This record gives sequence, structure tokens and C-alpha cells, in this order.
Amino acid sequence: MSELYRKISSNPFTISLDSIPVLDYAGFFDQTVLMMKDEAEHCAALYAVEMSGAPRLFCCLANDNDHCFRLYSTELPRERSTVPSLSKEIPQLHVFEREIHENYGVVFEGHPWLKPVRYPHYRADRTSVMDNYPFYSIEGEELHEVGVGPVHAGVIEPGHFRFICNGEKVLHLEIQLGYQHRAAEKLLSESRNGISRCVMCDNIVGDTAVGYALSYAQLIESLSGTLPATSLQIERCIALELERIAVHIGDTAALCADVAYQFGQVVCEALRTEIINTTQFWCGNRFGKGLVRPGGSNYMMNRKVVDKILQVLEDVGKRFAAISGRIYSLPSVLARFEDIGCVTRRQALDIGAVGMAARTCDVRRDIRWSHPFQYYGESSFEPLVFDTGDVLARGLLRAEEVRESTELIIELISAWNNLPAGNSGPDYNLSLSPDSFALSLVEGWRGEICHSAITDKSGNIIHYKIKDPSFHNWMALAIAVRQQEISDFPVCNKSFNLSYCGNDL
Amino acid sequence: MAALIMILVSAMFFPGIILRTKSIASGRRGPGILQPLRDAGVLLRKGSVFSTTTGLIFQIAPVISLATVLCAILVIPFGKQEALIHFEGDFVFFAYILSLGRFFMIIAALDTGSSFEGMGASREAFFAMLIEPAFFILMATFAMFTGYVSFTDIFSNFFITSNHYVLIFSIIGFYIFIQIALVENSRLPVDDPKTHLELTMIHEVMILDYSGFDKALIHITTWLKFAVYGSLIYNVVVPAGWNIYLQIALFLAVQALFAIIVGFLESFRARNKMNKNPKFILTVSAIAILAFAVILILNLNL
Repeated sequence: MSELYRKISSNPFTISLDSIPVLDYAGFFDQTVLMMKDEAEHCAALYAVEMSGAPRLFCCLANDNDHCFRLYSTELPRERSTVPSLSKEIPQLHVFEREIHENYGVVFEGHPWLKPVRYPHYRADRTSVMDNYPFYSIEGEELHEVGVGPVHAGVIEPGHFRFICNGEKVLHLEIQLGYQHRAAEKLLSESRNGISRCVMCDNIVGDTAVGYALSYAQLIESLSGTLPATSLQIERCIALELERIAVHIGDTAALCADVAYQFGQVVCEALRTEIINTTQFWCGNRFGKGLVRPGGSNYMMNRKVVDKILQVLEDVGKRFAAISGRIYSLPSVLARFEDIGCVTRRQALDIGAVGMAARTCDVRRDIRWSHPFQYYGESSFEPLVFDTGDVLARGLLRAEEVRESTELIIELISAWNNLPAGNSGPDYNLSLSPDSFALSLVEGWRGEICHSAITDKSGNIIHYKIKDPSFHNWMALAIAVRQQEISDFPVCNKSFNLSYCGNDL
Repeated sequence: MAALIMILVSAMFFPGIILRTKSIASGRRGPGILQPLRDAGVLLRKGSVFSTTTGLIFQIAPVISLATVLCAILVIPFGKQEALIHFEGDFVFFAYILSLGRFFMIIAALDTGSSFEGMGASREAFFAMLIEPAFFILMATFAMFTGYVSFTDIFSNFFITSNHYVLIFSIIGFYIFIQIALVENSRLPVDDPKTHLELTMIHEVMILDYSGFDKALIHITTWLKFAVYGSLIYNVVVPAGWNIYLQIALFLAVQALFAIIVGFLESFRARNKMNKNPKFILTVSAIAILAFAVILILNLNL
């Protein structure tokens, strides 16, 4: 074999299926273990596709330091084969292997936690249902179990949390998701309608509409060899940053609400409204649905929108700086945030944390910087990193990222000013290159969103894969609450603010 | 009799004033003062739904709890008006009749068999146990200061003594009764009545399974408890000898002020971490002990 993996430096990328090295499983295993010993390496995608009767495993690793992807694959001998598990060596792959196990019945020998992930309709083992989920349990006189959800008191999505507690202290938390069965990946791979695919992507994860739409648009453009105009690239970056600012401010409000600090909550809620109303002024939807489309845009930015954005950002930026300064200096709030829900750097690396969860644990992992997409490569963006890994760090990172994103938007706008305005509408019927593998990463506010697709010989998508940052990061929450008080769970949960639907799809 | 009427009247406005204060402090207009009363009225007209795992205890607990608070009101005097019932050591009766109500709420919570409610019940019992010394040490201080051992006698003689240290005890009494009221009524910083997060709740989680009529009774009980502590505060800050109309006006003013203080407290600070609550509550007891030591030294003329 000439090549063990394909090294790719662009994001998004499309390469032909034939050029992806196919290793035998032993080689695949050894290479993965060897490469992932490097802590800068994390798994962007590892999934199986049914090809000519047997599942073929594609693995794409992303490296934070050399800014490259490494792509390789292996063919499993037959369906439901038994192979040694990678998770024993590389814990962060546990959830990927669980997913492959669930969908294709592949048994990973030695996997410590081979449990269902999301109960898709087409799962291999139809006898595995919600009711017989194999919960972890500990025997003990003093221990008690507390189950929360899937129906919660607040307006949040369904998910079941099972705590094993000793008095008020949490010994173990198990998170069971998979209550939503929308089959987003299946619908996307079966749909031949470009518009309906766009609308689906807008709605996969409602709080990251721009991130998902951008990830999809990038992927389709890459598959069709379309390069978006620079002005369009800038506009997309601005939309993504506006989404980040809005959600970060909203999360700050929610963090305050969880510790009953009413003043911080109401001020941040009001500020978030200002931002999402600006997005609405731009595209008619507060969450930016319909704003990002492949090939062009229905809502090209114009002078009026730019002026509105600049004016709102100046106002909100100032006011948010004032309130966040106040929140993070109030002793009663600090007492609730400091040293609560700590995740260490080692743990973050082991579970392959991405996005905000990684950056609060001293792991420099930001796709805008490591694998720049759209206009980020030309901007002066640098990721922010905190090292305490507690709730306070996750709060402060939000405040700092709001400030940084505000500055970034101003920089992007001044670059946009010097460019001729593009006015191309979206193209929903781009013809895609045949027999290809494409992958696109976007740093949404939560972390990296990965969309990946495989096309057949006539250029139709036959397999579509989505990976939300929460897919990695739910484990961080489970680790964060260990040895904490159970009453601190809600604020830990809120500080991560992970996506249920992003996991369930 | 006067105290009973005044407490019932002021209890009606109490939750509305807290809510309104919090609304205004957060830059909103907020609902009318009587909105909680209207909400309770709606609940009172509804039936209750009982979980099949619960038994008789669960159904009678809200009524007992309300009854105990009403009994507790009977020993509270208002100015020169004596309490309906007064006897030596009636403040012990007061403390334990309230505890009886709480006891029933706790076993009712356990009756549901829910893991949340058990957790809430355990927290409630723990914090109630911790706040008890504060109340008794404070009352002992007052008893030693005035030389009487019933609410009626203590308060009617509180300001008569020529001892001008009364101001210190007035202030300490004011502070400690507010703190006790916050703990007893599960308000910030010990508990957050507004939260929807079951895992952080203390009192709220114990009443999760109640609905309709019973829930209204629980709300009314809480308001009454607030007004009861408000009237204790009133008794330690306003001399009993003043004109009756002035007394009535001042009573309402003190209750409103108390509600506004609670409202502001809940607007501009965060809630305690759960394991900090015992320290916080014991501090209140510590201050009571300090007052006790001061009066002891004064009495002994050391």
C-alpha cells in the first residue's frame, strides 16, 4: 500500500472515493491508535457506510496544530462482524463506535460502554428499546438513584439523566438521549430536492440554524466545485458571529437564572433580543433561518443592514460588557460558579472535547483558527482559551467571545466595504461530483459542526452524516458533575448548554 | 383578635408586593398587587389530582399545615391588644406548632415516593433544625431582657423598660426575624421559589405533586407564615404603647417594607450554594447568641 492516509489541508474538501486509502482493520486500528496519541489530533468523523454488502469505515482526523485533515478507511469483512475496539486505547472514539454498533450491528470487542446512542428506526437490533436501556448501577446501602427527565420542568428537550448519589453528592451520572427520532441524516440522503434539504438543515438544531446551514452550504459548494464570492463569504461569517453573540448572551442570562440572580438574567435577556432582532432585520428570521444557502444568498447584505448591525453591536457590546463585569464580580454569583463542575485538560483531551468545552480546559481547539473556512483564513481571528475548566470559565469564555466576535464583525464589515457587492441568488440544483467523499466543518457557537456526504456515480448523495459538537461534549458534562453536589447539576448543565437534538438528529 | 385580622389582611398583599418589587427592580411593570390572590382563587375553584402512590397523609397535610399557622397566629399580640391565647412559654408553643405543620409536609413529601421529594424533604428538615436555635436564643434574650416569658408580655413590656439598650435588641430582633422568615419560607438566599430546576429546590420540590385546591392552601400557608414573621418584626420595632390608628398604619408599613426588602434581596443577589446554607443559617444563630451574651453581661452588671 503506497499511502496510509490522505492528508488534506482545505476545509471543506471533496475527494474521490477511489483515492481514499483502504486499510485492513489491523492496519486501521494501529494507525488510529498511533496518530491519536498526539493530543492535537481529534476525531472529526468516524462512521460506517454500507457499500457492496459490507460496512466501510471512514475515519477523518483533524489536527489542531498542522491544520490538516487525515482521511482513511477500512472495509469490514461482513455485516455484524466482531472487531477489536479502539475505545480501549482512545476513549474519545467510544461514542463513534457505539453509533456504528447501533446502526450496523458491528461488535467492538472490549468496548467498555457499548450502549445505544439514539435508537434510529433502521438500527441493527430492533429489540433494543428505551425501556431496556442498560443503566449502570452501583450497589450500596447509602446510595440512592435520582432519575430526571425525559420530561423536564423547564422548556427544554427530552433527555434522561440518572444520578447515583451518596446523600447530596453525585457519584455517577449517566445521560440517556435518543428521544427524538427525526432521521435527519436519512431524509437528507434520500431527498433529491435542494430547497427541502436547505430547510431541513436550518432546522436540525434550532439554536445553531446558521451554523448548520453554513455547514451544509459549504459541503454542497465543495461537492459541486463552486467557490462563493468573497463578499458572500464575509456575510456568512458575520451571520455566524451574530448567532454566536446572541446565544452566548442568552446563555449568560440562563446561567444567572439558574443561580437566581434576577438582575443579570433580565438584562442579558433584553440584550439577546436586540441581537436576534438585528438578524431578523437582515433576513426576516430571528434565528437566521433562510439566510445561508448554497451558491448565493436571498438576503445579500446592504448598507442599511450594515449600519444597523454596527449600531446595535456598539450599543449591545457596551451594555453587555458592563453587565458581564457586574455578574462576574458579584460574590454571591462567583460562589456558585467558581470551582464548580471542573473538567481537567487531560479529561477534555481524553473525551475529545471540542468547541467551548475544550477551550475552557486549556485546549486550543477552534475550527475558525485550525481549519479556517469561508473568510476566517484572512481575518485576524485567534481563539480564546481559559484553563480552569469550571462553570466560571465557561461563563467568562462566553463574555470574552462576545467581545471578540463583536470586534471580528467590525473587522469583517470593513473588509466587506471594499468589495463589490455580489448579487447572485442561491442555486439549489448544483450538480455534485460523482463517487466522492466530502466533509465540511464549521465552528458554531457550541463547537465544530461536521457535515459529510458520499455521492454515487451519478452524483446523488447516498450517505449523509452529521456530527454535532454535543456528540463529543455530553461526556464532559457527565464527568463535570462527579463528586459535585446534585444541586449544582443544573448550573453545570447550563454552562455547557449541549444539544439534545444535535445528538438525536 | 386585632393581630389575627391584621395578619390576615397583610398576608393578602404580601406576595403581590414581593412580585411587584422584583418586577420593578428588573425594569418591568409587573402584575398587579392582587394577582397572586387571583391565581389562588383560580386554584381554589379547581379540584385536586392525587397520585396513586400517595395515601391519606398526603391529602391531609396541606390542611394541617394551614391550621398550624392559624394556631400560631393566635399567640401573637398586636400593640397593646393581647393575643387571643397567651400563657407562659407560648413562644415554645408557637415554634412547635409551626414545626408540626412542617412535619406533616415532610412526611407528605415522603409519601409520594418520588426521589426528588425525598431529597427536598431531607433538606427542609435539616435547615429547619438549624434555624430553630436562632429563634429560641433570641426569645430567651428577650425574656431575660424584659423578665416575661410569653409573647404578649414580652412585647407589651419591650419598650417600657427604661433600659436604652432596647435599641440594640430591636435591631437584632429585626435582623434575626427577617433571616428566620427567609429560611422558614424558603426564599433567597437559602432557596429559590422561582426556579423550575427540581434538583436545586427545597420547599418547592416537596409540593410538586400538589394541584388545585391543595396547592392553593399551601400558597396561602406560605403567605400567612410571612405575615406572621412580619408581625413579630413589627412587635420588636414599634412600641406597644402608641395610638392604635398609628399602630395599624405602622403595621402595614412594616409588612410592606418587609416584603420590599425580600423583593430587593431576590433581585440583586444569587442564591447560596446548597452546602453553604448550613453555615449561613448558623451565622444567624451565632448573632442570636451574641445578643444573648450581651444581655447576660448587662444583667449581671459585669
